[in-house]
Amino acid sequence: MNIHEYQGKEILRKYGVSVPKGSVAFSPEEAVKVAKELGSNVTVVKAQIHAGGRGKAGGVKIAKNLDEVRTYAKELLGKILVTHQTGPEGKEVKRLYIEEGSDIKKEYYLSFVLDRATSRVTLMGSEEGGMDIEEVAETNPEKIFKEVIDPVTGLLPFQARRMAFNMNIPAKLVNKAAKLMLGLYDAFRDKDASILEINPLVVTGDNEVVALDAKFNFDANALYRHKDIVELRDFDEEDPKEIEASKYDLSYISLDGNIGCMVNGAGLAMATMDTISYYGGSPANFLDVGGGATTEKVTEAFKIILSDPNVKGIFVNIFGGIMKCDVIAEGVITAAKQVGLNVPLVVRLEGTNVDRGKELLNASGLNIVAADSMADGAQKIVELVG
Amino acid sequence: MGVFINADTKVIVQGITGETALFHTKQMLEYGTKIVAGVTPGKGGQTVEGVPVFDTVQDAVAATGANVSVIYVPAPFAADAILEAVDAELDLTICITEHIPVLDMVKVKRYMEGKKTRLVGPNCPGVITAEECKIGIMPGYIHKKGHIGVVSRSGTLTYEAVHQLSQAGIGQSTAVGIGGDPVNGTNFIDVLDAFNNDPETYAVVMIGEIGGTAEEEAAEWVKANMTKPVVGFIGGQTAPPGKRMGHAGAIISGGKGTASEKIKAMNNAGIEVAPTPSVIGETLIKVIKEKGLYEKCKTH
Repeated sequence: MNIHEYQGKEILRKYGVSVPKGSVAFSPEEAVKVAKELGSNVTVVKAQIHAGGRGKAGGVKIAKNLDEVRTYAKELLGKILVTHQTGPEGKEVKRLYIEEGSDIKKEYYLSFVLDRATSRVTLMGSEEGGMDIEEVAETNPEKIFKEVIDPVTGLLPFQARRMAFNMNIPAKLVNKAAKLMLGLYDAFRDKDASILEINPLVVTGDNEVVALDAKFNFDANALYRHKDIVELRDFDEEDPKEIEASKYDLSYISLDGNIGCMVNGAGLAMATMDTISYYGGSPANFLDVGGGATTEKVTEAFKIILSDPNVKGIFVNIFGGIMKCDVIAEGVITAAKQVGLNVPLVVRLEGTNVDRGKELLNASGLNIVAADSMADGAQKIVELVG
Repeated sequence: MGVFINADTKVIVQGITGETALFHTKQMLEYGTKIVAGVTPGKGGQTVEGVPVFDTVQDAVAATGANVSVIYVPAPFAADAILEAVDAELDLTICITEHIPVLDMVKVKRYMEGKKTRLVGPNCPGVITAEECKIGIMPGYIHKKGHIGVVSRSGTLTYEAVHQLSQAGIGQSTAVGIGGDPVNGTNFIDVLDAFNNDPETYAVVMIGEIGGTAEEEAAEWVKANMTKPVVGFIGGQTAPPGKRMGHAGAIISGGKGTASEKIKAMNNAGIEVAPTPSVIGETLIKVIKEKGLYEKCKTH
């Protein structure tokens, strides 16, 4: 789960990480009010969307007076911001963060992320902070330093200092930078984050080390123990079908094609999409109904697929292990009867309780095309959709 | 024979009184798996499906001499269940549970360093040595005894591959689902190494998916060490790049982890990669024919 920059900074303040003063605004009037209260010479107006690359896309403006704050706020609110991380459709700006301007002497990069290769949380840092950090990673990987964190001890002060020295933070500010890193790690660990990125981290003219941005991503599997984080969720930033799916614990990602897919297991779901593409079709979604699906869950999954107007046919591909084929069959039948099925449906069932599942589908009176294998099913649905 | 588990393996089911665990305990018993004990804290002394239940893994081991456990405990308590199995010095614990918080697994992995127990999973279908011992949630009937080792990150894709092999008359030694979580116990290399040393395994199917670099590392290992033919498949070749936030994920993986990178690494190691999941079986058969192993692998 993602949150906005202003929410991330709110969390960081509680961990003693220094961030500039600022507040969220939903309208130009609010933006001006916040700027007035800040009373700084320069005010930054930042679009709040769940994607990086905002600076390059024109989503961050520097205002020298209150009139400029109002102008920029008007310009940004309602604007569709397209960055290299939003996809071509972009994201509409509905919230702004109004922040006091910082006297930036130099920009750095800092992040905490789980490294799958070591099974450890890793601190990464570089003196080449700012907008082009991915390019630095590609062309000058030696400029990105790493500290692997032992979960027993957490990030150690010497590691944080070593990182600060490696990043060429001015010697007299190393202790300040190290303290900030320790605070960041505590926040990362306490809130079960999966990514915490500060880009840029800056050293200011008055010798402070400040987190100028904050990107948090949280482990969805740990949200059950973080009610405070769940409250920060912004439904405007998510696909409505994906929101509906998450209510039923379904893993759904909407795509551009016209063949709806319902599959159990992420691997098989991806392989099903690969197979549909191989036979010339185009999947409308990724949908993993998971292991412990009930009839109700399957029914909802089916409804979500059918709510996508692009869907011209559905392919259900189930290889039941923990998932029982009869449960899938019951869900498909219930959903098809409730919402009315007016597109072709191809079903391939195999695995636990497969015979019972097939019997149910045959007896349902629904117009269902049975498939013998994944390849057979993919070919049939591609043909039917035309 | 096969790897990790066989007809002599004595199994504890952790969380045995839960609904899912009960269903699969029954299925495992029907398959012939020797389930000697169950563990649910507070329910010691009961009997379910003819299996005695204990309060702790330690009690269960002391009373039955079990050497392997399988975990069906809900996600918030699953990491603790793994640690309990490790503390009881089992040879192997297989964690089926999905959705375990990743930082819990980071701690588990750290605790296991230098300990005796092997962990398979979490978020995996389990391990099956065909017609001897089934531990997990896979449908037993699709597996036939034979000489192909199967290792996979994806549960349902493992079933797909096994089903194709069995239908073509090619049996399996052991199928190991290592699970799809970013932090897991046993990796591809551990299983490939075991298959390499198993006299009953003649060739291996390795099924990966996009994300992480486990397949690339396994390919390197195969190139240097593997004496038996390996064929592969990578799921997610057509998956669109995810909408993401921040750069850290891209930087830590260093541009690796895409399907094409993985396939390239596997081809470089002499691993033939099936172009679609429907032809994993065919690809394996083609390769074992080329190596003169087909007749030895065919189930008569």
